[in-house]
Amino acid sequence: MSAIAIERPQEGAASGRTAVKPVRFGRVLLSETTKFRTIRSTWICLSLGLVLLGLFGSIGAFTYDGGGAAVTDGPPGIAGRPLDAVSLALMGLSFASLVVGVFGVLSTAGEYSTGTIRSTLAAVPKRLPVLWAKAILAGAAVFVVAAVGAFAAFLIGSVGLDGEAIALSLKDDGVLRALLGAALYLALVAVFGVALGALLRSPAGGIAALVSILLILPGLAMLLPDSWYDTLNPYFPSNAGGAAYALTETSDRLSPGAGIAVFAGWVALTLAAAAFRLKKTDV
Amino acid sequence: MPSRPGGDGGTAMIEARELTKRYGDKTVVDRLSFTVKPGEVTGFLGPNGAGKSTTMRMVLGLDAPTAGSVTVNGKAYDRHAAPMHEIGALLEAKSVHPGRSAVGHLTALAQTHGISRKRVDEVIDLAGLHSVANKRVGAFSLGMGQRLGIAAALLGDPEVVMLDEPVNGLDPEGVLWIRNLLAQLAAEGRAVLLSSHLMSETAQIADHLVIIGRGRLLADTTVEAFVRETGTGAVRVAADEAARLRELLAGPDVTVSGSTDTELLVTGLGAREIGRVALRHGVALHELTPLGASLEAAFMDLTTDELEYRSAPADGRSAR
Ligand SMILES: Nc1ncnc2c1ncn2[C@@H]1O[C@H](COP(=O)(O)OP(=O)(O)O)[C@@H](O)[C@H]1O
Ligand SMILES: [Mg+2]
Repeated sequence: MSAIAIERPQEGAASGRTAVKPVRFGRVLLSETTKFRTIRSTWICLSLGLVLLGLFGSIGAFTYDGGGAAVTDGPPGIAGRPLDAVSLALMGLSFASLVVGVFGVLSTAGEYSTGTIRSTLAAVPKRLPVLWAKAILAGAAVFVVAAVGAFAAFLIGSVGLDGEAIALSLKDDGVLRALLGAALYLALVAVFGVALGALLRSPAGGIAALVSILLILPGLAMLLPDSWYDTLNPYFPSNAGGAAYALTETSDRLSPGAGIAVFAGWVALTLAAAAFRLKKTDV
Repeated sequence: MPSRPGGDGGTAMIEARELTKRYGDKTVVDRLSFTVKPGEVTGFLGPNGAGKSTTMRMVLGLDAPTAGSVTVNGKAYDRHAAPMHEIGALLEAKSVHPGRSAVGHLTALAQTHGISRKRVDEVIDLAGLHSVANKRVGAFSLGMGQRLGIAAALLGDPEVVMLDEPVNGLDPEGVLWIRNLLAQLAAEGRAVLLSSHLMSETAQIADHLVIIGRGRLLADTTVEAFVRETGTGAVRVAADEAARLRELLAGPDVTVSGSTDTELLVTGLGAREIGRVALRHGVALHELTPLGASLEAAFMDLTTDELEYRSAPADGRSAR
């Protein structure tokens, strides 16, 4: 990155001109990091996400009674399937996904509700770098937090499950993949939130859209004719993403790789729409 | 690499050409052309709703013009490599997250342009925000919010400074501070564009005036010419020896007109100087009235005319 101090000859100016450099993506990234750091909602959402994942997951393991019952409730990918150590560890994932999604929504929609967007775009008039920076930062931060939360839940939980039939270790088939899949899914949910917030420009609208798409849409889909439902259901955003963190593959779901790819596709689509609106419309 | 416009005097810093903005079928800015030159303060005047804020948002590329164009230092705003070094702006609407501190807000802006932390502290001090630099902006008074906005505008050491109604919410001390700051910025060779809906306030700060009504250009003139042409800024003097006083007051920049034997209308001299001259020469005055307030009235006349033109069927001519 070339650092050019722009000097301007100017009569009567105070000595020592302020060195100003061209706007570059790295600088936008740094600026957006500062913006994330300096508002409280970032820390609230991230720590809440961590606690929800870690706490619910470990409690699930410690209260497990060994009955071998199926989980009747829980996030897509876990609900209605035989209980295993990974699904127990991810009991908090549904709640956590809402929290990190809200975090993403607030990072963009919050700029509109507070008016910050005008300062932001006056500083970065090309506009799109701001959206990419927010998406990258929100995704990366949530990936780290979610990975820590998921692994902590699993490891703490395995103490509680010690001696139970369903106990698993990190070395067992699919465990590592499922836990990392959960972190990746949550990171993408955060990016989804970033995109929805930028697209709808309203925190309430963004959060409502997030909840509807991730949690309500799969339920509503049951109203579809059976044949349609069976075909479409695996491709709904949260169902597709759910395949990434389910320990075992089943025929009514996509494979973990395909699932996360489909979910990433939804996110990319939304992000593209958000980019279009950001670039094309007045603020 | 960023091109540098020379600081040579006379170059237009902001240039609007046939700038037009429509929201739906409402034309808010209507074929507006004007230039803002370096080294002077240009007052951008118009009643509320005239389209001043909309014009300023178009300067920054926040709103796209429906037609026409506006450039800053010869280029569209978004084509500059380091836009905050070209123009710094305070917009009308709030543009800071209330949960962030002044330092946090300014640091984030500074980082987009690789501006040092030292400069952030400098503008905080300049704006008199030192004691509240780390407080949440949400707790700021209107006046402190304006000061923060001005600090942000100056952060990039810009050649053009554009402020939308900056004195709103400021106490008298703040108003004086802005006035001095703008005069200093113009003296440093920068171009300053300052919007307001108050003529009297603007006439005290500005050198040049761009007056709009309903989005249309009504006048593009100097304050001096506006005052002269509208016959305002005059002092009404009544004296028994009016003819003698007229001779005593005569000077290169002074015009004296008289309607009656005892009454004079003086422009180019203040009431204070006139009073002194009269005292020195023993002329008894029975009236000495500065008509400064009617500057506002002249402005009102100008902008009210525009309202009348607008309600008449379109006749294709631009109101003047
Ligand atoms: N985003 C917008 N959508 C629709 N109308 C707008 C918008 N922004 C401004 N206006 C209208 O444009 C007119 C000019 O507004 P503005 O530029 O704020 O004027 P001023 O700053 O001179 O008071 C007003 O009538 C206002 O209601
Ligand atoms: Mg305005």
